[in-house]
Amino acid sequence: MSLVLAADERALAAGGDGKAMAMRIVAESARLLGASRLLPIASAHIDGGLYHGDSGTLFAERLVAEGARVAVRSTLNVGSLDLAGGCRVRLDEPQRGMARRMMRAYVALGCEPSWTCAPYQAGHRPARGQDVAWGESNAVVFCNSVLGARTSRYGDFLDIACAVAGRAPDCGLHRPENRLARIVVDVSGLPEAFFADDTAWPVLGSLYGRLVGNTVGVLTGVRGAPDEDALKAFGAAAASSGAVGLFHIAGLTPEAPDLATATGGLAPEARIVVTAAMVADSRRRLSTAEHAGRIDAVAIGSPHLSLAEFDRLERLIAGRRLEVPLFACTGRHVLEALDRQHRRGPLERAGVRIVADTCVVVTPILADIKGGVLMTNSGKFAHYAPGNTGYATLYGSLSDCVESAVSGRPILAEPQT
Amino acid sequence: MTAPAKGEVLVAGAPGRGPALVLQAPISFWGGVDPRDGRIIDVRHPQHGSVVAAKVLFVPATIGSSSASSVLLELVRAGVAPAALVIGEADAILLLGLIVAREMGWEPPVAVRLDPEHFASFSGHAVAVGGDGTLEIVEDGAGE
Repeated sequence: MSLVLAADERALAAGGDGKAMAMRIVAESARLLGASRLLPIASAHIDGGLYHGDSGTLFAERLVAEGARVAVRSTLNVGSLDLAGGCRVRLDEPQRGMARRMMRAYVALGCEPSWTCAPYQAGHRPARGQDVAWGESNAVVFCNSVLGARTSRYGDFLDIACAVAGRAPDCGLHRPENRLARIVVDVSGLPEAFFADDTAWPVLGSLYGRLVGNTVGVLTGVRGAPDEDALKAFGAAAASSGAVGLFHIAGLTPEAPDLATATGGLAPEARIVVTAAMVADSRRRLSTAEHAGRIDAVAIGSPHLSLAEFDRLERLIAGRRLEVPLFACTGRHVLEALDRQHRRGPLERAGVRIVADTCVVVTPILADIKGGVLMTNSGKFAHYAPGNTGYATLYGSLSDCVESAVSGRPILAEPQT
Repeated sequence: MTAPAKGEVLVAGAPGRGPALVLQAPISFWGGVDPRDGRIIDVRHPQHGSVVAAKVLFVPATIGSSSASSVLLELVRAGVAPAALVIGEADAILLLGLIVAREMGWEPPVAVRLDPEHFASFSGHAVAVGGDGTLEIVEDGAGE
């Protein structure tokens, strides 16, 4: 079926301003995606503010110059510079200036300067069933899976074009039939103690993404009650090891009150039983420097840390000083609370380097150390750090990360699988 | 010389001609192609080191990042884009780079879809791709 635009959409696309440009980009993408119409959207989350080259900056500035404004609430994902946290980003001119211009242009388009990959913990939570246009893989998967709002995976240019046009192509995960689980992933055979460990969800997410790829799946047999930070870590890890845009957990996530609802009553195409050996293998894959005798830095906060995660960090540090820097990546929504509660100063004096508005794998922040080793509790950092920073990774729990940072050498407790 | 083939125009653009570069494996433009000069920088790609600039680029399939469109847009702006793109399956994210280029006033090359089973017949030749999606070998033995 070919694309049919509504009369008001056709009229908009025929204009000569920035909104017309946005509407044409949405319509052309819809045609290539095979959509038959556009949908109105309730909000957007924009990943386009990360600098990849001058043309991205010039595109955003063109939209501003042509008078475009976002038509719906639009939050911004991370940028390439730390504007709020005061962490030094080693980006040189002229790239630094172009990255700053790009961030300014997106704000000028009416986007909120949230600069976080966890907008869903910064007050941007669309309702279940609402169509939205979100970018950034972890934000997309959380929005679909945990909030039950509907978004495809929007990339550079298309995210902001949808926000300005107020429309998105009616295809992919916007359509209910594409949201049903086609693969069942059964974790009932894993020991109860596994689910109590704080590495359970990122490790499981990394395995899950490799198992399902871009297919919608449903997890069954989960014990305990994972909180939002656990689901955030699971989704982020799954979206980096596979192209996961939506997952269900039977009995837990909004579109999966039970297995039959998640699959729409249809027989699944595949059923995968997860074993302890598969989990152990997944955990091993997150470390590329397994036998490292040293660490050069610790990084946490991918996705960005919540205030509750800072509570845990403070409890684990327990007033001690860190021997190697621990980079804690977060958004200004959390930074403001830390400042208000006079908690930022003590953290920084202990040796925590707070990174706001951005993170250590998307822009040069880590010291340039040949053969450096980065310890992390994030499945997503573990996935991207080797390629993007040149550091080898060592994966552990938050407690392992803090103990290692305090002692200055890797300390790994025995994992629960 | 073989008879002209007809591809489906996916994104309208300038007709182009140049040596054929038929990729032997799927490619991720982000992290796989240098946006400054069009060189294939993915060390795991069998044609690592080849340059896509000014070639008629045959792409059997694409993989990976949502930033592929940014890389293709950079190539067009820098004047180092392929002379034409011939792809096996429509990739909305990659082709978005051409759509945005046109909106920016940077004339994109034409992009057409063609069944990858025909790709090999163009290998090693110079190829012309028309604005209507016609592909024709214009000079034997001039491709890569």
